[in-house]
Amino acid sequence: MVSVNLLIIIPFIAAALILFLQKRVSRIHIGWFVLLIPIILFIFLVRYIPNIANGATYLHTINWIPSYGINFSSYLDGLSLIFGLIITGIGALVIVYSIYYLNENESLKHFYCYLMLFMGAMLGVIFSDNIMVLYVFWELTSISSFLLIAFWFQRKRSREGAQKALLITVSGGFSMLAGFIMIGNITGSFSFREIIAIIPDFYDHTLFIPAMLLILLGAFTKSAQFPFHIWLPSAMEAPTPVSAYLHSATMVNAGLYLVARFTPVFGGEGLWFWLVTVVGLVTMFWGSFTAVRQTDLKALLAYSTISQLGMIMSMFGMGSAALNNGYSADSVVYTQATFAALFHLINHATFKSALFMVVGIIDHGVGTRDIRRLGGLATYMPITFTIAMIGSFSMAGLPPFNGFLSKEMFFTSVLNIREANIFSLEAWGTLLPVLAWVASVFTFIYCMIVVFKTFLGKYQEERLEHPAHEAPVGMLIAPIILAVLVIAIFFFPNVLGDYLIVPAMASIFPAFAAEADLGVTISAWHGFTPELIMTIGVVVVGTLLFISLKYWKRIYALLPESWSFDSLYNAVLETVETSSNKITNFYMTGYLRDYLVYIYLFFIIVVGGTLIYTGALNFDIAGNAPIDAIDWFIAITMVVGSIAIIFAKSRLTAILLNGVIGYGVALFFVLLRAPDLALTQTVVETVTTVLFLVAYYFLPDWQKENSSRKTKSVNLLISVLVGAIFVVVALAVQNEKLFESISGFFENSYELVGAKNIVNAILSDFRGFDTMLEVVVLLIAGIGVFTLIKLKARKGEEELENK
Amino acid sequence: MKINNVILKTVTKVVIYIILTLAVYLFLAGHNSPGGGFIGGLVLSTAFVLLFIVYDIETIQKALPFDFKKVAALGAFLAVGTGFGSFVFDVPFLTQAFGYFNLPFFGEVELTTVTIFELGVALVVVGVVVTIILSISEDV
Repeated sequence: MVSVNLLIIIPFIAAALILFLQKRVSRIHIGWFVLLIPIILFIFLVRYIPNIANGATYLHTINWIPSYGINFSSYLDGLSLIFGLIITGIGALVIVYSIYYLNENESLKHFYCYLMLFMGAMLGVIFSDNIMVLYVFWELTSISSFLLIAFWFQRKRSREGAQKALLITVSGGFSMLAGFIMIGNITGSFSFREIIAIIPDFYDHTLFIPAMLLILLGAFTKSAQFPFHIWLPSAMEAPTPVSAYLHSATMVNAGLYLVARFTPVFGGEGLWFWLVTVVGLVTMFWGSFTAVRQTDLKALLAYSTISQLGMIMSMFGMGSAALNNGYSADSVVYTQATFAALFHLINHATFKSALFMVVGIIDHGVGTRDIRRLGGLATYMPITFTIAMIGSFSMAGLPPFNGFLSKEMFFTSVLNIREANIFSLEAWGTLLPVLAWVASVFTFIYCMIVVFKTFLGKYQEERLEHPAHEAPVGMLIAPIILAVLVIAIFFFPNVLGDYLIVPAMASIFPAFAAEADLGVTISAWHGFTPELIMTIGVVVVGTLLFISLKYWKRIYALLPESWSFDSLYNAVLETVETSSNKITNFYMTGYLRDYLVYIYLFFIIVVGGTLIYTGALNFDIAGNAPIDAIDWFIAITMVVGSIAIIFAKSRLTAILLNGVIGYGVALFFVLLRAPDLALTQTVVETVTTVLFLVAYYFLPDWQKENSSRKTKSVNLLISVLVGAIFVVVALAVQNEKLFESISGFFENSYELVGAKNIVNAILSDFRGFDTMLEVVVLLIAGIGVFTLIKLKARKGEEELENK
Repeated sequence: MKINNVILKTVTKVVIYIILTLAVYLFLAGHNSPGGGFIGGLVLSTAFVLLFIVYDIETIQKALPFDFKKVAALGAFLAVGTGFGSFVFDVPFLTQAFGYFNLPFFGEVELTTVTIFELGVALVVVGVVVTIILSISEDV
């Protein structure tokens, strides 16, 4: 079969090609072409299921930077397969939905380009075996999410939401990178499989705990865990297909994936267990509690996503307890939590995407998603209503929907963990089921709000933008498929369990898989267990609270607006902005002279300091080549030229004299037999002179500098020091050999790369990476100059923002 | 600032071909003797700059209807693309290959993928230099 690496690359290629497509290719919406990609990828992944279910894994490595141990290796196992199927499957459905959701007047090309970029990045995250490559893809998901949230960039709120999401997830990503580097340092490897194999020898390493905390920070920010959850509701400014895809089913799952992947590394640590479990449960509670107060349907769903992600997170935490004492018959029971986590992950992806699509349909159809203005839509939108009901009831944990099964398993896990006698659970363990149950009650309430406040009650047409009507068939296809899945999974959960979840369990608990069957037979009915009683309790209390909602809603007013994490974020952002502005303005005076002083002072301190520190000043020039008459002649010409610059009356004279120095250096290169350098120096000198002349056209007349004697003497001192240090460096380099010379390697350039010109062989082959990046930097600089000059806002130009 | 400098114009008409030939020569020679993508690109851009100085910008832009920004972008794409091209042959990023071929008329010639990489470098240099000079001088 084709390697999985190709799977990751395909969406990127597609993203590049989409930009060349016309808006309509023979009157067909370009979304249909884009749709092919996730479908192909999905079918491709589905074909792996039988082999993966039999315990096969696929590893394929393409060397990237082998000298640093960074290779583009893809690893397909049970865990990544689940995520891969969700990404491509939901991706395909979302694209179908978006074809009907997005108007053709929108810049569709960009939309699908970003979407493909995201899909590729996400597949890269889950299929990468190398954590450094994973990090690259991880940040790419943040960037593509930023682009998608700000898709309607004319809106201020979209831009703010995009910025918030980017700042939070990327700073989490940075800390994760630090964690990865620590892990790489501890184990000497960047490969997941190798790390998992050797990490048991390093549990006492001083960096072990810091690495864990940093990586968790990355996972928590990405998966919108408390208190980093604030970016997710703001991200809802994105078009609804994006919310359904990135912010409910895929990108936010990346953090969960990371936690699952690192469970065999860190699992079994008390800190890992407590952090993941408690942060998860607190998130679950806070998300569901806050969701109830929302009036915007999409914001409500955003908080519900936060809550559900917290629930899955906590289950991964509880599952990690199994690793505490290695394999034993008793510890296997805790792995059920992880099983439930994976199961709920799939369920959540199905019902939450369906619900987002429903909200999109309502928003699209009636022009508002404010619950206070909606009501009674069931008669006008029967199909949408049915889908919403299936999705919400599944989320609330009611039968006969898949959410019921995973919710029961969640309760089982919290009840099991209470009885564990590790991590001082005997003291605090009882709190976990209580928190879980309370959060579930609130979950039940907001699910009922979605169904009853939107679809039942009084229809108020005068408060809607457009009269309600059923959505077009195309928009309904995707949510219907998802709703059918919600019910199908309820009736046939074990198909999913046996083929997808059991192999994934083997990836999370590699040591256990060999010893015991980690599968759980999921059944809807297992007698009057405590779990069932808890569910009944949730329904009864939830219903009562839902009916009495308007009486107790006042408790939300107790917490003042200015105390929220959002305002904390805003305050921090504002402080950072103003204070960095102050600091920057303090030294960025706008005078080139000042900047040169900073640069030269730095040079004097660092280079001069190094010279003294390393004792390089004791050099001997006796061995240097003799100085010929011609050398003297050129040198003296250059000295005269440079002194003359100081007394030049006009810019033109100065620049021509500057040219004398430049060509003098070029002459030296010729004399010292460095033809490459001489050529380059000559042409650079010529082009620079032209550039100077062009720029001078715009500058005012050259005026005599009227600075004080003190400033002048300081400047003189600096310039003399810089010159002196340069000379000393040039002379001292010849003497000191701090390390072995590497030039011997390059001398074989003809055998190695077939080039007789060593200089060029180094530039374009041995150190080709540098040259490639330099070229890119040059391009960026060129574009920078162009945009600065050409695209500056002229007065009276049309205001594009905040329309 | 239009100066009708007949001598300069006439000289330029001849010299420009010499510069262009030199640029191409330097570019191709770079593998085994002084030259290379960067210097070839720089010489090429001096040729364009000379044209822009001697004739006015509008005339030359009519004669050379490239968008130099796109030239630069194409160059960067080529340079980075050769890096990714290595993956097709299952070798590390930016691995270059070379070989000796017997071509009709030229005899035995060394062909190498570095040339593509260098072409990218040259195009970026030309594109960026001309873009910068043009955008500054046009900003009146």
